Amino acid sequence: MLVAGIVGYGAYVPRYRIKVEEIARVWNKDPEAIKKGLNLLEKSVPGLDEDSVTIAVEASRNALSRAGISPEKIGAVFVGSESPPYAVKPSATIVAEAIGSVPVMMAADLEFACKAGTQAVLNCIGLVDSGMIDYGLGVGSDTSQGRPGDALEYSASAGGAAFIIGKKDALAEVEEFYSYTTDTPDFWRKEGQEYPRHGARFTGRPAYFKHVLSASKGVMEKGGYSPSDFDYAVFHQPNGKFPLLAAKQLGIPKEKVLPGLLSPVIGNTYSGATLLGLAAVLDRAGPGDLILATSYGSGAGSDAMVIRVTDRIEEKRDKAPKVEEYVSRKKHVTYGEYVKLRRKLKV
Amino acid sequence: MAEQGSIPLIWRRYPQRYRLEGNKCENCGTYFFPPRLVCPNCRRRGSLTKHVFSGKGVVESYTVVHVPPDEMAGQEPYVLALVRLEEGPVVTAVVTDVDPEDVKIGTRVRLAFRRISEQGESGLVCYGYKFAPEKGF
Amino acid sequence: MRRVAVIGAGMTRFGERWEEGMRELAVEAGVRALESAGVRGSQIQALYVGNMSGGRFIGQEHIGALAADYLGLNPIPSTRIEAACASGGLAFRQAYLSIAGGEFDLVVAGGIEKMTDVLTGQATTTLGGAADQEWETFFGATFPSIYALMARRHMHEYGTTEEQLAMVAVKNHDNGLKNPYAQFRKKITVEDVLNSSPVATPLKLLDCSPITDGAAAVVLASEEMARKITDDPVWINASAQASDTLALHSRSSFTSIPATRLAAEKAYQKAGIKPKDVDVAEVHDCFTIAEIMAVEDLGFVPKGEGGKAYEEGMFELGSDISVNTSGGLKACGHPVGATGIKQVAEVFWQLRGEAGERQIPDAEIGLTHNVGGSGATVVVHVLSRYPDLRQR
Repeated sequence: MLVAGIVGYGAYVPRYRIKVEEIARVWNKDPEAIKKGLNLLEKSVPGLDEDSVTIAVEASRNALSRAGISPEKIGAVFVGSESPPYAVKPSATIVAEAIGSVPVMMAADLEFACKAGTQAVLNCIGLVDSGMIDYGLGVGSDTSQGRPGDALEYSASAGGAAFIIGKKDALAEVEEFYSYTTDTPDFWRKEGQEYPRHGARFTGRPAYFKHVLSASKGVMEKGGYSPSDFDYAVFHQPNGKFPLLAAKQLGIPKEKVLPGLLSPVIGNTYSGATLLGLAAVLDRAGPGDLILATSYGSGAGSDAMVIRVTDRIEEKRDKAPKVEEYVSRKKHVTYGEYVKLRRKLKV
Repeated sequence: MAEQGSIPLIWRRYPQRYRLEGNKCENCGTYFFPPRLVCPNCRRRGSLTKHVFSGKGVVESYTVVHVPPDEMAGQEPYVLALVRLEEGPVVTAVVTDVDPEDVKIGTRVRLAFRRISEQGESGLVCYGYKFAPEKGF
Repeated sequence: MRRVAVIGAGMTRFGERWEEGMRELAVEAGVRALESAGVRGSQIQALYVGNMSGGRFIGQEHIGALAADYLGLNPIPSTRIEAACASGGLAFRQAYLSIAGGEFDLVVAGGIEKMTDVLTGQATTTLGGAADQEWETFFGATFPSIYALMARRHMHEYGTTEEQLAMVAVKNHDNGLKNPYAQFRKKITVEDVLNSSPVATPLKLLDCSPITDGAAAVVLASEEMARKITDDPVWINASAQASDTLALHSRSSFTSIPATRLAAEKAYQKAGIKPKDVDVAEVHDCFTIAEIMAVEDLGFVPKGEGGKAYEEGMFELGSDISVNTSGGLKACGHPVGATGIKQVAEVFWQLRGEAGERQIPDAEIGLTHNVGGSGATVVVHVLSRYPDLRQR
């Protein structure tokens, strides 16, 4: 059992949405097939004045409100993203400056496809547990892009979540973790290329499922849990279908997955996805509830965490906007507006 | 607008633009944003200390900008407002995440962190404060 | 302090002067002013030039030297004065002070701006430099938007309407029609203004003054010198200036320009007159709302009643107080550094009965009101047919 716990968490999802129908209309695809096949309805789109850093800052400020600590106490800031505004120049420093944690602290950006967010949190857990820092901030935030017309375009979205890790007054304890990593080329983008490429069906069984299931089974075996011990389960959600299939294979009922399943309504927020799902679960979980959270990052790896909610959840939950409030705050855009917002037009 | 490539000009103001760091005169009790170097009320008798503003405010006036400066081209129409912070000072800033017709005098807003402008394709991204409607949160 | 008079005035046609550069415009206005005064260049002892941003508009600084050089006035002292859109008014005030204080007896005050050598976006950006660069412009404020914030608040507090704003532009275009120097000599209607494209709501294109090339110059003289040269001097009865915060948001009011009130009070006191004594006023109408605030802050109407006054035609040509007989910044044009000098030239012509078609009858007392930025600098002058208004 680890000493470190979650002392604050915060979410952020941009206001704009585009419906599957609207994208399908432009590319002459059947929206019903996509909605049914991938369990996706719409996805979030960042505003022109947003990027993965602004999303990370908004989520981090919400996390600070729940943690109730002064930002100078944060000894490490890790921002996980695969869509940083700069190719060279850290995002974590901008986030740390914006929340007021600078200068006596460490900071770094992490990049591991969609797994960078949970990795940022795990880094903080390790540093807090070892006593190197008192508090750490781990963020997963993305404004991901899919090539116009590609299947990814229906899911690649924007959002993020931030977790503050510390020893005192945790609203949830991290009881166990297990990471599972291999070199699996299911998804990549080379320097200078605008959009990523992926291995189509290869991204399924040998990639997502192999790693998510191995990490989830691994953490259960390591900590002596059985699937029925969990009140909630959150999995990385590249679409609305994969997490439910993974849960089924693990023997976890659908009802325990749905509260943390956001991709049908906001799409795949990449580095933010598992953490946002976890935030949504913490928004409603009660003291003593046990949560399984397993991320997945292409390339490939999974981090699985077992989290136990404490009594403090009740007093902290309402100190920042809930995921549901962000999800229901929305304005739909047309494909034309979406193209402008995502800067897909070269002007 | 700043000349492209003016790095120190942008960097110097991070504490104020990123996290609303202003100050307060301990002598007369007035809050200042942006921070003052000398209290205009007390001058040398004043004593200024750092104050981080809460970011909660009310719209005192607003306009919908249809002809933007070059640096913000493409973002129009956007709402520019005079926002009175709860501590007293008024700031000029964009109200984001809103349909222009929903901003009125008296609309309550909260702090948002956003991209303000960009120093060209390859230049620095300039971040800073905007405000978003408080309603719903 | 010695008495000072204006004894000559000249200006270029305002507008898009594609063929002429800053030098040509400076010489055109300067020579006309000297001819009007009936003096030779060799008699001039000093030159003050208002210019906002030669550096940003045409890449040329050192405008004082340039003007003296091309006007053939070397080696007299020549000084550029900058206070954004109040540069001209301030150049006039410096010229006045230099004579009143006894240093010189015959001085030229000029103003110049060459704005159309850059694209509109760049001109807008340059003009934005008159606002607070770090705390207004950086965050997306443009000049029209700053005045729009005042307009919206004025509408909120006093019930001022977009139609009333439009009436300011309509009146100034009517006057511009009669001014051969004006950029726009075209009648417009309230509907034209209301239907023009939005710039920063509630301000529309026809609520805004244009981008203009132009220059203006006046000749000032000490009492002794003036009486030697002319039988028809126009006296400077008061010169007053006030400052306020650079940014609008730090001001005590968003519906008036406090520096205007302060400068006007001081000017009226110095001249020994009341606002209602003024016959003709050139006020700073960079936007229609600016003229409404000006007539209130100058005390021509009570605060908040400026908008209504335009429905009643209060400031039209030949009314009790004729405002912006030149067409104002709106119709005559607004070459920023030249505007303050043009205002003095217009009042000079009105008081001398030389204003042609737009001449108002029996003009005795005139006022000029020049604003820098959104009100951080204001300069007000009272001019008249009398050396001392207390003894008129």
